[in-house]
Amino acid sequence: MYKLLSSTYKEFLLLIRDLGGLAILFVMPLVLLITITLIQNNTFKTLKDSKIPILLVDNDKGPVSEQIKKGLSSTSAFEVIKKASEEEAKELVFKGKYQLAIVIPESLSTDLETKVSENVDGILAKFGLEEEEELNSRNKRVIQKKEVKLYFDPATQQSFKSSVKNGIDKVISSIEIQSIYKAFEEQLTEESSEEPIFATESFISFKEIVPNKAENAIPNASQHNVPAWALFAIFFIILPLSINMVKEKSQGTFVRLRTNPVSYATVLGGKTIVYLGVCLTQFVLMLLVGLYLFPLISLPKIDITDKLPMLLLVAFFAGLAAIGLGLLLGTIFKTHEQSAPFGATLVVILAALGGVWVPVFAMPKFMQILSNVSPMNWGLNAFYDVFLRSVGFVEIIPEITLLFLFFMITTTIAILYNEKKNAV
Amino acid sequence: MITINQLSKKYKDAENYAVSNIDLVIENKEIFGLLGPNGAGKTTLISMLSSLIKPTEGSFSINGLTYKEDKNNLKQIIGIVPQEYALYPSLTAYENLFYLGSMYGLKGNRLTSLIKEHVETLGLTDFIDKKIRHFSGGMKRRINLIASILHEPKYLFLDEPTVGVDVQSKNVIIDHLKELNANGTTIIYTSHHLNEAEHFCTRVGIVDHGKLICKGKPSELIFQQEGANNLEEVFIARTGKALRDYV
Repeated sequence: MYKLLSSTYKEFLLLIRDLGGLAILFVMPLVLLITITLIQNNTFKTLKDSKIPILLVDNDKGPVSEQIKKGLSSTSAFEVIKKASEEEAKELVFKGKYQLAIVIPESLSTDLETKVSENVDGILAKFGLEEEEELNSRNKRVIQKKEVKLYFDPATQQSFKSSVKNGIDKVISSIEIQSIYKAFEEQLTEESSEEPIFATESFISFKEIVPNKAENAIPNASQHNVPAWALFAIFFIILPLSINMVKEKSQGTFVRLRTNPVSYATVLGGKTIVYLGVCLTQFVLMLLVGLYLFPLISLPKIDITDKLPMLLLVAFFAGLAAIGLGLLLGTIFKTHEQSAPFGATLVVILAALGGVWVPVFAMPKFMQILSNVSPMNWGLNAFYDVFLRSVGFVEIIPEITLLFLFFMITTTIAILYNEKKNAV
Repeated sequence: MITINQLSKKYKDAENYAVSNIDLVIENKEIFGLLGPNGAGKTTLISMLSSLIKPTEGSFSINGLTYKEDKNNLKQIIGIVPQEYALYPSLTAYENLFYLGSMYGLKGNRLTSLIKEHVETLGLTDFIDKKIRHFSGGMKRRINLIASILHEPKYLFLDEPTVGVDVQSKNVIIDHLKELNANGTTIIYTSHHLNEAEHFCTRVGIVDHGKLICKGKPSELIFQQEGANNLEEVFIARTGKALRDYV
């Protein structure tokens, strides 16, 4: 026990003596968290509050194009800028000046009206409400299908394209429906009557409900980001820890320790205690940033009411898992050049597999299976369970058990590897 | 007593044995010098004796103990002064010594007084709270030595303990080692300083190409070698003048 305490104290001294390293260890994850949350929150706000400028070429100049323009403006997502020619709009979009140009074809309003009227007349005739002969006697003309062109900047991401296309499709569908209703109304009502016979507003609407013990608590960007990036930062401990161990080898101090009557497990124990402290401190700092700094920079505040002990528990076990991996890499690798790039890449891979960037359900089937073996996935699920689903201790037992087992297995492998490598 | 029987070491992928069939007995309280050109096998032999590498063949015991059976007890009675400084540069001399001493189970006032005592003898009292990274080569060598003797080992292995240090530091180190030996510590050390070894060691062994080619008291070896007036001449006569570059 005394040797373990002494090893812990030594690790603590080594850590605090490297002020630059210490600053990186604590400051960089915070910078990462703030940056990602700002970006994600602003993306959300961009779609919600601020407007994306888009170009509109109105070749129709009729009521339908007016309605499209009104519809686009009413979404409060777009700022519609009119352009006279399709060519000019196309060039501006391809140069990346604008994300999108919408070109409304000529005679859209008149053709839509004619097409709808013809259809409505046809339907009414079937019901005997209009003379078929009269209908046939009208000069029917062939109306070509109309095409609303959308020019996207080639650099625009697919997700943005899809959401814009869906939005425009919704606006156009709504205009078509309105036209049909209007045509029926004109045919069926007296000219003098001002009473509408159809309710034209949407009958079906959506209400977002998050199943949660806390009523009406819809998670914001911060609630999502703090656990995800805190976990990412916790796992980045692999890097300084493995580098610390490799440095001991290159300095010769590890050779000296091997000649001392101290077990490798004790040496690793000292490192585990100190780096676990680092992980928990990192996590607490992130929570503090989410609680106190986020509101100051117009980011949503995180809510940890009644969750702190459980969050610290998850952070504790996630920290252990990360440390176990760091100890293993530090034991196996001999040089800084091996440990640093491998450790950094491994953390990014584990984060990707764990669902830090792309949700696991959105991954291909094979990757979903693979994500089950990422300790970051276990950690993230445990954090989301506590943070967003407000579950109790029992529900997180499977995840924290996996994290603990991961620590035990990686540390045991590290000890066995060292024993085998240095057996005398 | 250290008893070495047919001890050999062949590194993976190496063509030749680094140490080959060495038989040697080192009595308690001896100062035994392992001498030899670069790549002769001195460090390999010391590394095997200090549990750092595994012998390919043969065996040895120290004070009747072996690493296989009594690893921790054996480590407790030996001290190793490695060729590298093997200290934490960002820790002070005291912090380094306190930590390394505690790994031998030393603690509290006893450890503190042992540190102070050795630091004073080796002339480093004024620098005890300075970080190792600011120390000169000679100062680091002396701290390196103290870190290995705090637990008062019965057997002390030193791998070139005076390499790269000034005469003053060298003298202080040698004098301290003599004092330790006078108090009962058996010393096994490697060196390229043949003049130093001639005056410091009670016995020496010359190693070349992994083999122990001769051993005895320096005066005996000089006497036995025709025309030799000192240990360096014996060494040249036994190992030749050819350069020993190796990779």
